[in-house]
Amino acid sequence: MTATSSDESVRPRDRAAPERSNRRWSRNTVEDRILGVLRPLVIAVLLIVSVFPFYYMVLLSFRSLDGVLRDPGALWVSPGEIDWGTYKSVLSSVESGGQGFLTFIRNSMVVALGTVVLTLLVAVPGAYAVSRLEFFGRRKISALFLGVYFFPSILLAVPLFVFYTRIGLRGSLYGLLIVYVAQVAAVSIYMLRNYFDTIPASLEEAAAIDGCSRLQTMRRISLPLAMPAIVSNALFIFMIAWNEFLFALLFLVERRDNWTVSLGLSQLAGSIEVPTTVLMAGSVILTVPIIVLFLLSERWLAGGLTAGAEKG
Amino acid sequence: MSPAGGDTNTATREATKQEPRRGRGTRSASARVRQDARTGLSLISPTFVIVVVVVVLPIFWTVSLAFQNVRLLNLRTTGVIGDYSLDNFSNVLGSAGFVDALITTLLYSVFGTALAIGLGLMAALALRQPFKGRGLIRGALLLPYVAPVVAATFVWSTMLNPQFGLINHWGTTLLGWDEPIAFLSSRSDTMSIFGFDLSVPTALVTVIAFEAWRSFPFAFLFLTARLQAVPDTLEEAGQVDGATATQRFRHIILPQLLPTIAVLSVLRFIWTFNNFDDIYLLTGGGAGTQVVTVRVFDYLIARGDIGAAAAQALVLAVILAVLVTTYLRLFGRSEEAA
Repeated sequence: MTATSSDESVRPRDRAAPERSNRRWSRNTVEDRILGVLRPLVIAVLLIVSVFPFYYMVLLSFRSLDGVLRDPGALWVSPGEIDWGTYKSVLSSVESGGQGFLTFIRNSMVVALGTVVLTLLVAVPGAYAVSRLEFFGRRKISALFLGVYFFPSILLAVPLFVFYTRIGLRGSLYGLLIVYVAQVAAVSIYMLRNYFDTIPASLEEAAAIDGCSRLQTMRRISLPLAMPAIVSNALFIFMIAWNEFLFALLFLVERRDNWTVSLGLSQLAGSIEVPTTVLMAGSVILTVPIIVLFLLSERWLAGGLTAGAEKG
Repeated sequence: MSPAGGDTNTATREATKQEPRRGRGTRSASARVRQDARTGLSLISPTFVIVVVVVVLPIFWTVSLAFQNVRLLNLRTTGVIGDYSLDNFSNVLGSAGFVDALITTLLYSVFGTALAIGLGLMAALALRQPFKGRGLIRGALLLPYVAPVVAATFVWSTMLNPQFGLINHWGTTLLGWDEPIAFLSSRSDTMSIFGFDLSVPTALVTVIAFEAWRSFPFAFLFLTARLQAVPDTLEEAGQVDGATATQRFRHIILPQLLPTIAVLSVLRFIWTFNNFDDIYLLTGGGAGTQVVTVRVFDYLIARGDIGAAAAQALVLAVILAVLVTTYLRLFGRSEEAA
């Protein structure tokens, strides 16, 4: 309050003599001081808000449900209270009284890795073509692919649900895989194309003069050069496929043995039989691979993220 | 590599420089061009086929379904050629539920987008000056965006739980709330601020807050990248001329960020408008948070009314297309600069 009022009173004089800005209460010093306090405050608040939920997730996963109900406000867990039982319970199979997350992890891995491999197989040559080769309809295809990215996935959900129900592919992981590849390949091509565009064409021309065909040039010259982009793209695709929820829900919900980790967690979260702390352990299991990938590759991934990490 | 090889290299490069475009194939021009065209088509065709089969054709099929009376039960007997009618649209557009869902969707998208960009801008500005550990903090701020949505919503709903959630525990013990707030299942609560009773749509505000929390890192990344490209000299000049920090922001930084903010608004708006996961997982569409996407899902799965679901999804897509096109028409020019 005081700062604002002095700020007001100083303003007219300040304008008349801006060069005297090092005076004790000039608008400049006031602002600098306020911002000097505000800046670390904003950073601290944003940091807490961003990170705390994840800390809370890990914290609850190590506590027993009784402990949480008795003392919901505890912000740490004493070494004596640490309960690894939640992880055991969430991972072990349904037959042995657990939640069967090991199967879910396997399913998620199959779908995510499969999506990465298949997408790269079609997207890398595709991106190369869009970047380097002049062919009929090149512009239009690029525009179509970009359009796919912004399309509401719920609009696709309706016909695909109907189609998969009809041909009996609903409930199968392969059906899901195809949808993921279709959704991601378009974005991948867009991202990779931008990178291919930055590789100087003269390198490929040199190879062509040395007698390489187009495909040989692509394989021996362009692909190795584009490796950083391809790796970051792979991580990006893995993240999307691992995190995806809507199509997994639509296609797999009736087949528990085919649930992905995301789907499993969301389905079990609705039931009252499974303790929250056990599901928190499930959340940690769902989140950790993504965080690890992210930390390993933050620099690579950041570029991909600005291209948008959500689809679905 | 021999020196001679190096020479040819430079020679070709210079030759290409002189030829403005399509310089690659000058020697065996047309053969090379034709071959490139063929290779290009064959390289792009796998993706093209997948996208057409799994994305483009289904969209056309949605249009067809939207005009037919299709239910999950009679699914096997309906073909592409059926009895086309506008029944689905008249039923859907005439029902109060759809209009409500549309208004909710708009409120959710507008406020979610604005808050996310506002927070992202604050974060980008606060972290502009380098200091020790800045990289780590930047990485940490991206967590909400990269984390799986199911895990994030689960933690939020646990934290907001009225029985043992942390927020309600703190609220009742530290902030003196009379009773726990059902953040995710209460349609509206009265809040009294300075003696005025204000009705707050609790659940809707909560999902908007979640959206802002989850997507501010995206805006933060974008704006940070743009801020790095702002030349220091402009600001230094402003400082010499006596501009204070807020004046420099208002007149030097902000104008340069505006095109980026415009692009961000479009992107975030589209994604929030299409968002299904967050609201479905947090509230299931209850307590006044039913957005159109969740409604489509309910019609599709719970009611098995495929025709109505398709019609609503289509209306959603058309409205989105109209909004985005209008926006681009109005502000398109400034965005090209971004």
